Amino acid sequence: MAADLNHAGGRMSSIAPGRIVIYTLLVLVALYYLAPLYVMLTTSVKTLDQIREGNLLDFPLAPSTAAWAKAWSGACTGVSCEGLAPYFWNSVKMVIPAVLISSLIGSVNGYVLAHWRFPGHNVVFTALMVGCFIPFQVVILPMARLLGMADLANTTTGLVLVHIIYGIAFTTLFFRNYYVTVPDELVNAARIDGAGFFTIYRRIIFPLSLPIFMVCFIWQFTQIWNDFLFGVVFGGAEAQPVTVALNNLVNTSTGVTEYNVNMAAAIIAALPTLVIYLIAGKYFVRGLTAGAVKG
Amino acid sequence: MSVTPLTSGTRPAAAGRRPAANDSTGLPPLKSGSRFGALADAWLPRLVLSPTIVASLVFVYGFIALTAYLSLTESRMMPNFEYSGFGQYERLFDIERWWVSAANLGIFGGLFILFCLAIGLSMAILLDQRIRHEGALRAIYLYPMALSFIVTGAAWKWILNPGLGLEKMMHDWGFTNFTFDWLVDSDMSIYTVVIAGVWQSSGFVMALFLAGLRSVDDSIIKAAMVDGASLPTIYWRIVIPSLRPVFFSVLLVLSHIAIKSFDLVMALTAGGPGTSSDVPAIFMYQFSFTRGQLGLGAASAMMMLATVLAVLVPLMYLETKGARHGR
Repeated sequence: MAADLNHAGGRMSSIAPGRIVIYTLLVLVALYYLAPLYVMLTTSVKTLDQIREGNLLDFPLAPSTAAWAKAWSGACTGVSCEGLAPYFWNSVKMVIPAVLISSLIGSVNGYVLAHWRFPGHNVVFTALMVGCFIPFQVVILPMARLLGMADLANTTTGLVLVHIIYGIAFTTLFFRNYYVTVPDELVNAARIDGAGFFTIYRRIIFPLSLPIFMVCFIWQFTQIWNDFLFGVVFGGAEAQPVTVALNNLVNTSTGVTEYNVNMAAAIIAALPTLVIYLIAGKYFVRGLTAGAVKG
Repeated sequence: MSVTPLTSGTRPAAAGRRPAANDSTGLPPLKSGSRFGALADAWLPRLVLSPTIVASLVFVYGFIALTAYLSLTESRMMPNFEYSGFGQYERLFDIERWWVSAANLGIFGGLFILFCLAIGLSMAILLDQRIRHEGALRAIYLYPMALSFIVTGAAWKWILNPGLGLEKMMHDWGFTNFTFDWLVDSDMSIYTVVIAGVWQSSGFVMALFLAGLRSVDDSIIKAAMVDGASLPTIYWRIVIPSLRPVFFSVLLVLSHIAIKSFDLVMALTAGGPGTSSDVPAIFMYQFSFTRGQLGLGAASAMMMLATVLAVLVPLMYLETKGARHGR
C-alpha cells in the first residue's frame, strides 16, 4: 500500500493518513460482506455440539462433511426426507430450457426491434418492457388457473413456460440495446446484396452476438435459479425448485434445528450462481447494469 | 472485470441514428426485389415478433385485467366471475394485517433504499480513489447479488438467531449485557429484513455508482482542482450532481426490489413473529393460496401494482425528461 502513495497522482493526490483511512474502511466493509459466507461455510462443517457451545466466528474444531451429506440426500424438507438433491435437479431441469429458449426468442426480437423497424415499433417495445416492471403477484392468480386447466400445474414444463414468458421482456431488452450498436450500414448493405431477414440474422447478427448471449444467459440463469415466487406457487410437490426446498428446510419447526445442515443446504442452493459469478463475473455485472438501465 | 458505462451506448444510441427514410420502415429498398422477397421483408419481422406481442398481451395485460376483475368479485377458494363491486377493497382496508404489511413495506422500503444509496455511493467514491486490488474488492462487495434472497435469508436467520448467533458471540466476548433479539421481537423484526436486504443489494448499488463515476468527464474535475476546489467539494458540487441519471436507475431498481420483496421475508422471518414483519407480497400469497381468499388476494395484488406504478411512473417520467434536456 505504501508504494501506492507515491504514484497516487489521480483524483486524490492527498497525504498518507487519508489513504490509510480509505483502505481501512474498504477492508472493513469487505469483511462485512464476507462474514456471512464465512459463517455459512464454517457452520456447515461444525458439529451441532460445537455450534451450541462455541460461537459464530469460531473455527471448526473437527471439520466434518456429514452435514453436507445430510443436506444433499437426507434432510427433511416438509414431509419428505430425501435432502435437497431431487429439488436441485428440478432446478437444473427447469433452468436450462428456460434460459436457452428465452434468450433465443429475445435475440430474434431484439434484432427485429433494432434493425427492422415498422410503424409503431416504439409503442411495441415500450409495451413489452412493462413486463420487466410489473410485480408478478398481479399475474399469478390467472396463471395458476391457466396452468391448472392446461394440466401443467406442479410440473417442470409449467415452470419453464412461466419463466420463458416473463423472461422475454428482459432478454428482448438486452438484445435490442446491444443490436442498436450494430451499424445500420452493415444490415442495409446486406439487404442491398439481396440477403433476406433470416440470412442477415444468421450471417451477420448472430455471429456478433456472443458477448450479449453470455450476459443474457447469466442474467436469466441467476434470475430463474434464484426465483422463489413462481417456484412456490407453480412448483407443487413434484417440480419444487431448490430455493423452495431450502426455505422449507430452514423454516421447519419440528425437531432440533440442525444449523449445520441448514447452512450446507444454503450453500448447495447458492453454488451454481456463485460458480457462475466467479467464472464470468464481468458478464454478470454487465447483466446487472444493463438490467438497471432499462433501455 | 469491467463495468459497461451506464449512460453511453445504450440509450442515446437509440434515438435519431437513422437518417432519412424513404418508407415507413426506414430501410433501403431491395435491389433484387422480387415481389415475394419484398413481401417477406415487410412481414417476416412482424411475424417473428408477433408471438411475443401476443404473449405479452395475454400474459401481462390480459392477466392484469383478469386479476383486476377477480378483485371485483366474491371469489374465495374458487374464482367466481360474478361482478360484485369494490367489496374486496373495503374488506382489505378493514383488515389490520393489511395496514401492518403496508406500513412494513414503507419502513423496509424507505430504510432499504436509504442505506443502499448511502453505502453504495460511499463505497463507490472510496473505490474511485485509485485503489489497489480494486477488482477483488469490487467482486467481494458484489457477490451477494448472485445469491438467492432465500439463501441470504437463511444465512441471516442463523446469524441473527438470539440464542446462538451474534448475541451469544458478544456474550462470549464478555459483553454480557449485549442483547440483539430483533428477529424474535415483533417491534423490531422488520428491521432485520432491512439488515439482510442491504447486505444483499448495496454492492450492486456500488457497482452502478462506480460505473457512473467512471463516466464523469475527468477534465471538469481537473479544471476544478486547478481552481483550488477541495476533493469533497468537487464530489459534492460537481460529481454527485452529474450522477443524476444513475440515481434514477438505482431508485428504480431498489424500489422495485423493495415492493416485490417476498422471498427474503419468507426465508428470514416468514412474516413473523405473528404478522409483525408481514409485507404486501406475503399478505397476497397467504390470502390467495393458503387461506382461499382469491378475491382479497387479487385486491391486494392490485394495490401492489398501484404502488409500483405510483413510484415508477414519476421516476421514469423525470428520468426521460432529464435525458431530453441534456441533464
